[in-house]
Amino acid sequence: MTLFPFFKNDSWRGMEMEQSRLEKNFEEVEPGLTDREAMEEANRCLYCYDAPCIRACPTGIDIPAFIKKIASGNVKGSAKTIMLSNPVGASCARVCPTEELCEGACVLNHSTKPIMIGKLQRYATDWAIRNKEVLFQAGRKNGKTVAVVGGGPAGLSSARELARLGYEVTIFEAENQAGGLNTYGIVSFRLPQNISLWEVNQIKSLGVQIRTNTRVGKDIEVNELLENYDAVVLAVGMGKVPKLGIPGEDLDGVYDAIELIKETKTKPLTDRLAGKRVVVIGAGNTAIDAATCSVRLGAENVKILYRRTKEEMTAYEFEYKFAKQDGVEFRWLTAPKRIIGDSKGKVTHVECVRMELGEPDADGRRRPLPVEGSEFIMPVDVVIKAIGQERHIELIEAFGLEHDHGVVKVNPETYQTSNPKVFACGDVIFERGKGEAMVVVAAQQGKEAAYGIHRYLTKAVSETA
Amino acid sequence: MADLSINLAGIKSPNPFWLASAPPTNSGYQVQRAFEAGWGGAVWKTLGEPILNVSSRFAAISFNGQRVMGFNNIELITDRPLEENLKEIYETKKRFPDRAVVASLMVEPKREKWHEIVKRVEDVGVDGLELNFGCPHGMAERGMGSASGQVPELVERQTYWVKEVARTPVIVKLTPNITDITATAEAAAQGGADAISLINTINSLMGVDLDTWNTIPHVAGKGAHGGYCGPAVKPIALNMVAECARHPRIRIPISGIGGISNWRDAVEFMLMGATGVQVCTAVMHHGFRIIEDMIEGLNHYLDEKGIASVMDIVGKSVSKYSDWGDLDLNYKVVARIHRERCIQCNKCYISCEDASHQCIERLVDENGKEYLKVREEDCVGCNLCSIVCPVDGAIEMVEVPSEHPPMTWNERQAALGRLSGCSVDIKSL
Repeated sequence: MTLFPFFKNDSWRGMEMEQSRLEKNFEEVEPGLTDREAMEEANRCLYCYDAPCIRACPTGIDIPAFIKKIASGNVKGSAKTIMLSNPVGASCARVCPTEELCEGACVLNHSTKPIMIGKLQRYATDWAIRNKEVLFQAGRKNGKTVAVVGGGPAGLSSARELARLGYEVTIFEAENQAGGLNTYGIVSFRLPQNISLWEVNQIKSLGVQIRTNTRVGKDIEVNELLENYDAVVLAVGMGKVPKLGIPGEDLDGVYDAIELIKETKTKPLTDRLAGKRVVVIGAGNTAIDAATCSVRLGAENVKILYRRTKEEMTAYEFEYKFAKQDGVEFRWLTAPKRIIGDSKGKVTHVECVRMELGEPDADGRRRPLPVEGSEFIMPVDVVIKAIGQERHIELIEAFGLEHDHGVVKVNPETYQTSNPKVFACGDVIFERGKGEAMVVVAAQQGKEAAYGIHRYLTKAVSETA
Repeated sequence: MADLSINLAGIKSPNPFWLASAPPTNSGYQVQRAFEAGWGGAVWKTLGEPILNVSSRFAAISFNGQRVMGFNNIELITDRPLEENLKEIYETKKRFPDRAVVASLMVEPKREKWHEIVKRVEDVGVDGLELNFGCPHGMAERGMGSASGQVPELVERQTYWVKEVARTPVIVKLTPNITDITATAEAAAQGGADAISLINTINSLMGVDLDTWNTIPHVAGKGAHGGYCGPAVKPIALNMVAECARHPRIRIPISGIGGISNWRDAVEFMLMGATGVQVCTAVMHHGFRIIEDMIEGLNHYLDEKGIASVMDIVGKSVSKYSDWGDLDLNYKVVARIHRERCIQCNKCYISCEDASHQCIERLVDENGKEYLKVREEDCVGCNLCSIVCPVDGAIEMVEVPSEHPPMTWNERQAALGRLSGCSVDIKSL
């Protein structure tokens, strides 16, 4: 069985895939709620007092309040409640693992079935997007300036809060558009780019300047920021997928998962993967995205190779299910050892080795160990690396910040780094094994870094006064 | 199988479920469809001088997304010629001789008008008459319907005129748009009515459109009050039925009307003194087919209770309905929260805290788990927490033994009166 009608017979093979069909594959999969559905679901909410869903949301959205507002027909107010607590709340409505967060905490889990909080959040924010609402205004200028390095969820979130507090904020964004992984790194059929760009525009509407195509450390010096701004937010996230460290990595047909996804969100979709046999290395959410992306680009077969088991995989359960539905195959306890190419330098095979789990390592997960003599060769055309992301060590060191293997050290209350002027949030401070690198967590850290800066700068004022 | 048949002042029907005089009983086609579905009787859409109706007649209000919590209409009595209605009544009765066909009537408050219409409808074989003294809109502006029904003397006099010629039982349908419905109910009894039916619809304006500022519904930008009915009016109707049922001078049967949507509602009305019930809004919402569940549900209920005939439940709760002054001041219930069922929505906490007596505490046990507990010594037994609790059985209202014997307000005042007669200083008691 296949989800996509043009895969039903083999006659498509070798054919030019119609662009429109490809584009259809990348349209958002989950439909939004209709007005009626939203109304019925909103009315089902008990409107708990001191509700557990609020406590389960990393950004502390007042969920019963926003749901009540949908029920009363105050959808604009609902969107405001959401976006006030979470400046990337429209994206989070789509990408949050809600069953682990708000919906998992819903008291109705104990009686009937939980409220579809994520879908209601999407309903309200979609309404605001459709109606071109501008939800927030900048606070009265306080004469202070803040540079935000990186326009992803954490950077945007800190910028929005700083602007509301009256700071003049400039975001330095290396890419052509802000939004970070929401704009470039999550597949369109889960998170369409216009959602993330709407959030970016909301932040612009508070007077935040976004200097795109500006890579700090290259297009503008670190010192310039440190000298010209009262404070700096470092929210650069992480970098590209690291090397696998095996032979054959530079062959034609080896891709970086994040680059591949980015391409599908920025360039016309191509039939480059049509009919190809794809393996994805890794089992995080990005690996799933790369795999489902490949399926939708027409790959004949997509396998995820993971050196541990399903138990250790970092992808969310719903992502895993989604991939299974798309026909992605999973090969647990399997690691690539060598990528093999033909005379033209094109990938033809991967040599794999079976693994077994040993003692737990530093992050608490059992360490995978190769089973001697278990090597086997798998014919493939494309290898996609999705084994995490590199750290921006060079930039962190240019700022002169203390870090641990590229994880910037911060005061957990204030998000202040070893340089009192610099605050860091988002993936740049994400430590492996310390919870999950969720968009919603980055958003909350961005808010808290903003408050940290506000306390730092207002304290400085009162001390000098 | 219990016996569901009823006898309301001589009008017999195989079950207590009648269609009320309203749009569903507008024509022979409809009433016959209803009888095919199983309805026990029907009160025909009110007959009188054919009227002109307006377009845009009904409106309803939703509650929390649920449609038709309340319903209203500004439709008048039948707009079809009397001859046509009479012909269809005749045909219907002929096809369904075991069902009750009652003609609802409304004419000008003149003796000869009543005499004329009563004779004409009885000639086609109706089982009874229902005098519409209740319709609150339109007809009332012409001195009919509730305009008559709000004045006890007019009710009595017109009932009397009808009874002068009627050969079939006469039911007087009462309007709730009056301070004390027992006054008009008593007047109907005085006039010789064989039964009363209540309630008719309540004066209402369903809403105002937030964008156009028009009334809902509106007729070319203008609105007028309509008659309110549907589930929302049930408690109002039930009280009025009960007040009539327990009134010592109203000793005639009652046909219960007002928000009855299912067999459970019907049982409540019958326990409170109704001999049968009339239904309209639920049919407007769902169609005649709801009768299947009404009959079956009532049957199962009676069988479970071991009751042979539905007539045996009529009025069984009337003696339990009284005046506030007869309630025991020393009876006490308190709320008890069953922790194992509680889902911790904290709705009881906030309602008690903000709107009642601040006696629910949010506590944390030795394992750090939150739970709610009622401070029973401060609980007044208001029921609010158990009302807002979304989980069945999580909050129970428990009777606690009283230190004092039962004492009503009336008994207390009487006792105090006796004491003051003895010139005892009651303040020191």
